[in-house]
Order: sequence, then C-alpha cells, then structure tokens
Amino acid sequence: MNRSFTRARLQEMLGNNLLRLITFLTVLPVVAIIVYIVIKGAPAITWEFLTQMPRSGMREGGVWPAIVGTFYLTLGTAVFSVPLGVAAAIYIAEYAPDNAWTRLIRITIINLAGIPSVVYGLFGLGLFVLFLNFGTSILAASMTLSIMTLPVIISTAEEAMRSVPQSFRTVSISLGATRWQTIWRIVLPQALPGILTGVILGLERAAGETAPILFTGVTFFLPRLPASLLDSTMALPYHIFVISTSVPGMPVKIQYGTVLVLLVFVLGMNLIATFIRQRARARRMW
Amino acid sequence: MDKIVFDHFNIRYEDGVESLRDINFSIRANAITVLFGPAGGGKSTLLRAINRLNDLADVAETSGRILFNGVDILDPKTDVVELRRKIGIVFSRPVPLPMTVYQNVSYPLELMGERRKSRLDEAVERALKQAVLWDEVYDRLHDPAIAISGGQQQRLCLARALALEPEVIMLDEPTSALDPVSTARIEGLMQELKEQYTIVWVPHNVQQAARMADFAAFFLQGELVETGEGKTLFINPKDRRTSDYVTGRFG
Repeated sequence: MNRSFTRARLQEMLGNNLLRLITFLTVLPVVAIIVYIVIKGAPAITWEFLTQMPRSGMREGGVWPAIVGTFYLTLGTAVFSVPLGVAAAIYIAEYAPDNAWTRLIRITIINLAGIPSVVYGLFGLGLFVLFLNFGTSILAASMTLSIMTLPVIISTAEEAMRSVPQSFRTVSISLGATRWQTIWRIVLPQALPGILTGVILGLERAAGETAPILFTGVTFFLPRLPASLLDSTMALPYHIFVISTSVPGMPVKIQYGTVLVLLVFVLGMNLIATFIRQRARARRMW
Repeated sequence: MDKIVFDHFNIRYEDGVESLRDINFSIRANAITVLFGPAGGGKSTLLRAINRLNDLADVAETSGRILFNGVDILDPKTDVVELRRKIGIVFSRPVPLPMTVYQNVSYPLELMGERRKSRLDEAVERALKQAVLWDEVYDRLHDPAIAISGGQQQRLCLARALALEPEVIMLDEPTSALDPVSTARIEGLMQELKEQYTIVWVPHNVQQAARMADFAAFFLQGELVETGEGKTLFINPKDRRTSDYVTGRFG
C-alpha cells in the first residue's frame, strides 16, 4: 500500500465524518427547538385549552378563537392565492412566449418572494384596509397573505409543470388535442402533486406569519368568533406575540402551549404535503 | 392518386439549424413513401410540416404550399386539430402517455368528445388488433402503459394513431429504439396497413429504406435530391449524391 493511497483514504474518512458532523449540527437546533417546545408546552394542552375562549386577560382559558382565526385566514389565503397562482403559472409555463417580457415577469415573481413580510403588511394596510375600505378584517388580511403567498405558489407550480416531459405535449397535440386539452388532461394531472406541495408550503408560511396580518386583520383580544369576512379576528402567531410581550403575569405554560398549537398546525400541513408527494411518486406512470 | 403534394415548399427555423429549400414532390395514396438521407437533412421537419406540428417550434419562415387532398394546409384558416386527426404520427421513441394502455388508445377519441363506453371499447379493441397488439395486452388493458415492453409501446403508439382512423400515417424512425424482432413486426404491419392508408416513413438506415419503399425521396441538407419508385431509385439512382449515399460512401 503506497503513501498517497493511505492519504486519500484518510481524507475520504475525514471528509465523510466531517460532513456528517456538520449535517448533524444543522439539524440539531431544529430538533432541539421542537423537543423543547413539546416538553414545555405539552402540559398546557387540554381539551379546554383548545376549545375555550381566553379568560382573565388571557392568563386563563384557551386559544380557540386564535385557532379558528388562523384557520380562517389560511383558508381565505387559499381561496385567493391558489386559483390566481395556478392560473398565472399555467400562463407562464404553457402559453407565454419565451421573450424578454416573460423573463421580466418571471424575475419579478421570484423577487417578490424575497420582500420582507412587514412590507406586505403595510401594502395591505394601504390597499385593502384603507383604499378599498375593507377595514381591519379577515378579508383584508387574507388578501394580504395571498399576495405574499402568490410568488411561492406560482414558482413551484410553474416548476412542476415544466418538469412534465415535453414529449407528452407533442404527442397529445399530434393526436388532435388543443393546447388547453393537453394542459387539462396531461400536464395538470402530472404536475398536481408538485403544485399541491407548493400550495401547502405557501399556505404554511402564511399561517405562521405575523407582520402581514398585524395591520390588516388581527386583533389583540376578541373573546368571540369572527362573524363575517369583514370582522377582525385573533390569530395564533399574533396571539403568541401578544402574550409573550404585552401581558404581565402571563403563565409560561400557556405561552408554550400556544406555540405548540401553532407548531402542530404548521407541521401538520407539512406532513400532508410530504404524504401527497410520496403517494404521487409511487403512482407516477412515467 | 396524389395524397399530399409539395409545391415550392420552403421552411426555415429561427436557429437556422435545419431548413428545407424548394421542395416539390408528391406522396401517393395507399403506398409507402420513404423519406431518407443523413441526419439533419430535413426529413422530420417535413413530417412536422404536414401535420403542422411545426406550429409548436420556432419557425422563422415558411412559403409555398402543401396540398392535402388538394387543399393547402399551410393556409392560416386550416383547422389544425381536424388536420392532425387525419394525419397521424408515430415518433422515434415510443411515448406512451402517463395513463393505462386502454386510456392511451381512447385518449384521442375522448378529445373528440366521445364518451360512450361501448364505442370506446370497440375502437380500442379495433385499433389494438390493427396494430397486432391486442393478443399481447387484452388482459393488461388497465395497467400503466409504461409497464409493457418497448416494442409493445411503439405498437401502442401506432394503435393510438390508428384509433382516429386517419388517412395518412407518418412514422419518424419508428424502429430506431427497437430490437430486430419488434422492428420486423412493425415493418410487416405497415406493409399490410398500406392497403388502407397512405404511409410516410422516415427509416433510420438505408437498408430499411430499401426494404420498405414503394416510393422514395432522398434528402440532403435541406434539399430534395431525387425522388422515384423505390426499386428504381435504390438500384439505379440518377444523382451521384444519391448513389454515393445508397452505396455507403458517406452518411
């Protein structure tokens, strides 16, 4: 065995273990946070906590209106952003000619994803709350969250459609399909898992955001469920912010309990996305 | 009878890679017309012009006429969907659509709005039998189309084109990805089908061209060098370039 060979083997071993260590270190904080929140928050989770209104200045009772609020906001975001986002993605991926204008649109959409969420919040305040006069409401907040979510949905949906082989389109057209028939019967069904994954990841981000809804739809304390789209609402992320910073004598248990509820809400969506992806991969016919 | 006539047909792509210059010839009905020549000569381009699949590509310029049953299909008013139903195409690699064997064949009919199960069943069986595939897949109709072998997939693609009962079938190197047994099956099949259809075949080598051709056309770098009856053209070519290619001096 010569020396350079031994050296290469040593490098290989070192490299392998070093990379493994680094990977472990990057995962560690995430796992630590989740474990910590579960340990600290789990004792707070009772049926009452999940289903009751907050009482005694939020120091007792439950987080039911915040759960419902976050659910409504997420649903509202889906209603606006999914059809718009998927339609835009279809246009960009399937119809738009490949020219400077289309490239500009695509770059703009990618850059929209990088805008700080508080900027979306202020934009929503200006456009929906004040100019369109929706007031601080579920409607205004959902629309604001939708605008924030759109770039994520558009780019993942576009990517999913582009990954459908071009040959399917050519064959479909050659068999007398129109462009729309090809999209509807071949491209969309094949791209659907990818699109759904993008939709869920986008909505997941919307569900956890505080800044965009801060000025547009959430309220500090509302001990009843919202009655209409034009009502303001409580929501989990903002509720966490409030009980962590603005309520003196707040029991730590309730703070962690609320964080745990939001975490489960978001991770649950993530799990659904993973499930859909796995299932689609197993059933794929190409 | 002349099924398809090219009249001073020119086409040029934006990237200028493949183009065709001043093509004049006709394709007879109920015969196999072979378009052959080295790669990049414009054979596929010509096929894709006939059913207007070139509409999907970056075509810089077309001129001249292509008459199908006496009507110019390059006319902007042409109903391209209707045209593609009459002129089917099979590509060099089998491309089963991501569905079952059955759905692959029923797909073009469903596009036309046919929903009656009995009609679809009938058409699928007829097309699969015509492509000599029925006996091999009748008990696997509802399996994914990618589960059958490559040779079977290519006959499935043929059955899919036949399901529309077209007038013309174009085959673009249909056996280039197949083993000799599957190749022989497809070749034999087309010899039978020419009784009913007009067949345009781009072979992937000269031997296949010579075997299959009732009529042949030799393409070289965008130019139609020579046309003629198959036997004559391969045994006694008029143009030096044709004889050089046929005898294997280049290509």
